[in-house]
Amino acid sequence: MQSTQEALDLARIQFAFTVSFHIIFPALSIGLASFIAVLEGAWLKTGKPVYKELCLFWSKIFAVAFGMGVVSGVVMSYEFGTNWGGFSSFAGPVTGPLLAYEVMTAFFLEAGFLGIMLFGWNKVGRKAHFGATLMVAIGTIISTFWILASNSWMQTPQGYRIEGDHVVPVDWFAIIFNPSFPYRLAHMTIAAFIVAGLVVAATGAWHLLKGRRDPAIKKMFSMALWLLLVLTPVQAIVGDAHGINTREHQPAKIAAIEGLWDTEQGGTALNLFGIPDMEAETTKYAVSIPHLGSLILTHSWDGEIRGLKSFPKEDRPNSTVVFWSFRIMAGLGVLMIAMSAAAWLLRRRGRLYESRGFLRFVLAMGPTGFITLLAGWVTTEAGRQPWVVYGVMRTADAVSPVTAQQVGVSLLVFVIVYTLVFGTGIYYLLKLLKHGPALPGTTTHAPGIDDAGHTARRPLSAVNQSIEGA
Amino acid sequence: MDLTLAWAAIIALGLLMYVVLDGFDLGIGILFPLFPDEHDRDVMMNTVAPVWDGNETWLVLGGAGLFAAFPMLYSTVLSALYLPLVLMLVCLIFRGVSFEIRAKASRTKHLWDLAFIGGSAGATFFQGVALGAFLDGIPVADGRFSGEAFGWFTPFSMFTGVALVVTYALLGCCWLIAKTEGDLQRRFYRIVWPLTVLQLATIAVVSIWTPFQDQGIAMRWFDSPLFYRLLPVPVLVVACAWVMRRSIRSRHERRPFAMALGFVLLGFAGLVVSISPHDVLPGVSLWDAAAPRSSQLFTIVGAAVILPVIVAYTTLGYWVFRGKVRHGEHHYH
Repeated sequence: MQSTQEALDLARIQFAFTVSFHIIFPALSIGLASFIAVLEGAWLKTGKPVYKELCLFWSKIFAVAFGMGVVSGVVMSYEFGTNWGGFSSFAGPVTGPLLAYEVMTAFFLEAGFLGIMLFGWNKVGRKAHFGATLMVAIGTIISTFWILASNSWMQTPQGYRIEGDHVVPVDWFAIIFNPSFPYRLAHMTIAAFIVAGLVVAATGAWHLLKGRRDPAIKKMFSMALWLLLVLTPVQAIVGDAHGINTREHQPAKIAAIEGLWDTEQGGTALNLFGIPDMEAETTKYAVSIPHLGSLILTHSWDGEIRGLKSFPKEDRPNSTVVFWSFRIMAGLGVLMIAMSAAAWLLRRRGRLYESRGFLRFVLAMGPTGFITLLAGWVTTEAGRQPWVVYGVMRTADAVSPVTAQQVGVSLLVFVIVYTLVFGTGIYYLLKLLKHGPALPGTTTHAPGIDDAGHTARRPLSAVNQSIEGA
Repeated sequence: MDLTLAWAAIIALGLLMYVVLDGFDLGIGILFPLFPDEHDRDVMMNTVAPVWDGNETWLVLGGAGLFAAFPMLYSTVLSALYLPLVLMLVCLIFRGVSFEIRAKASRTKHLWDLAFIGGSAGATFFQGVALGAFLDGIPVADGRFSGEAFGWFTPFSMFTGVALVVTYALLGCCWLIAKTEGDLQRRFYRIVWPLTVLQLATIAVVSIWTPFQDQGIAMRWFDSPLFYRLLPVPVLVVACAWVMRRSIRSRHERRPFAMALGFVLLGFAGLVVSISPHDVLPGVSLWDAAAPRSSQLFTIVGAAVILPVIVAYTTLGYWVFRGKVRHGEHHYH
């Protein structure tokens, strides 16, 4: 049975859809897990109840995000085989072991200690509980390590040879620590922390706008903005280094991002705006700044950047898509830096919790972490096309021998189910955020132990409220 | 030792762990229709709430292990079983999420109950269908799946689907006997024997039907010295059933679960013989499907170190949440 172009297109849409839905949840839970570990550590050290309140509150959010991440992630681990059989049998000897290591070192660690972290407050001692929380947080970071190693290898493959119809790993160190891996790992991990930081800050802003002024709200708002003040500029520097790395290893991707068609002499301009046209081989309505492209990508006045025309037509990524996904990512990144800087200025004037305009700005920035993250992934993945393993295997050869009908039907099912199920989950997450941490003076009970009501001992039941109610 | 064989053993062990661990918590969803009372259902769910995520991770390990050690098998089998596997995953999504949301929904609680029942029963059924279709044989040409999109849809695979639903229901029922008490536990005791009888019937039918499905399987069963070594299996099944009967009569709390595990282990042993490594797919031996040595070696080093640690802290988790789960234990307003 041979697959068709239609099956390939549908399989690509399906993968993009399921992986985009999936990444939202792990990104949030990676950042939150470390935040919760810091809160619990601060509580153990200082004994201040405000840290415990925040720890319990964010644990509930974490639990929901983690649960959604697990169920949408199980789909991913099977999708490589169901939809991308060609890729799996060709590149499986490299990507399979990396995925297996992720399951063994990260997934089990997280799932194994999650139960104690969420429901074990009264079953184990304080230190043991903190240990469980740390294990979960470390698990999320280890998971990032392996999946980024696998993805980076597909972007900048090395340490293998090809034998017959599949790759054979030769040097595992070279495979894992491939040229783009350090940049991607740093960029993604920081991104996850920024995503969580923006959500925490926006939640604080919402409650401040609604008039809550208790220590828990101020504390989380302040902590998140300190984190963002440090991380958003660092992310820009890491992103810049990543861009230089990409120019070296994937010049076609850079050309597509810049909407650059001809290789220019004596310095390349940066297109701020434009609509790259793949057929006409030009970028329409371009608004550009001379020499800025060279300055950013080569750190020199007249560094050379290859244009898209220097690559065969069948090897060019879609510039129309990545030109804009990149600009969405970078533009929102600049906004985040501006927001963090404004927070710092307001803090110095003692008006951090009072400026309503700023609070509304922070609230509006809440979801931008997710948008930026997705835009970044679209840039790097669409920019890798038409290759699935860069320069080694084309995406068209990677698809399974399945029919367009099969992929179409399953895509439809996924779209309906994800919208329904994860839509409800996201709705519930927002409800929880709106509810906020416990007010001071009200007794706090460990989740799932006393105040869970007559309900199942699950993350979502860790709160005394119903989805439809209040 | 042969790395490929060691990997086959690890994956088989991982799948067995999955069936044993996730089997009983899927079984709880299958038994839900028999226990319409909301509070009973809360107790049933509470017995597995803290361990459920870890149980399902064994399924991911099965997939990832297959991908790492036998990428050719992973890609052919998963392409061939496209629809049943996608449907299984969708069912697992419904189940996993309803596990969490059901507790806090009020107006839509009954809908999440339905999602939990349908998700659990559906996921189990499609796992059984996938197993049956695999035993049926998956057509392969040039290392790629060469069959039809609905090749998995056969009377045999439908039956193995139902058989697995019965198996998980029995496991779930025995687990619940161990984790509950009083009136609720009495009601589990009432249905455990009928479930055991059903289980025996499905084991018998699958045992008779399997050799008819495939010449190779029939040969391995009857034309080799293995036959005499397999003879104890039916005897042991009957012995398990007898002990089960006695433990139910004497209201033993943990032994029924051990006996249900016995059925699973014996069924699994029969299965391993049926697909023993001579040809894991028609015309493809285990060694043909194996990943390069460097892939298998790299991963097995990790598995040898990490899997025992995983088993240790999984056990720790079960120990922390040991003991009975009671009605209204968490009731507090």
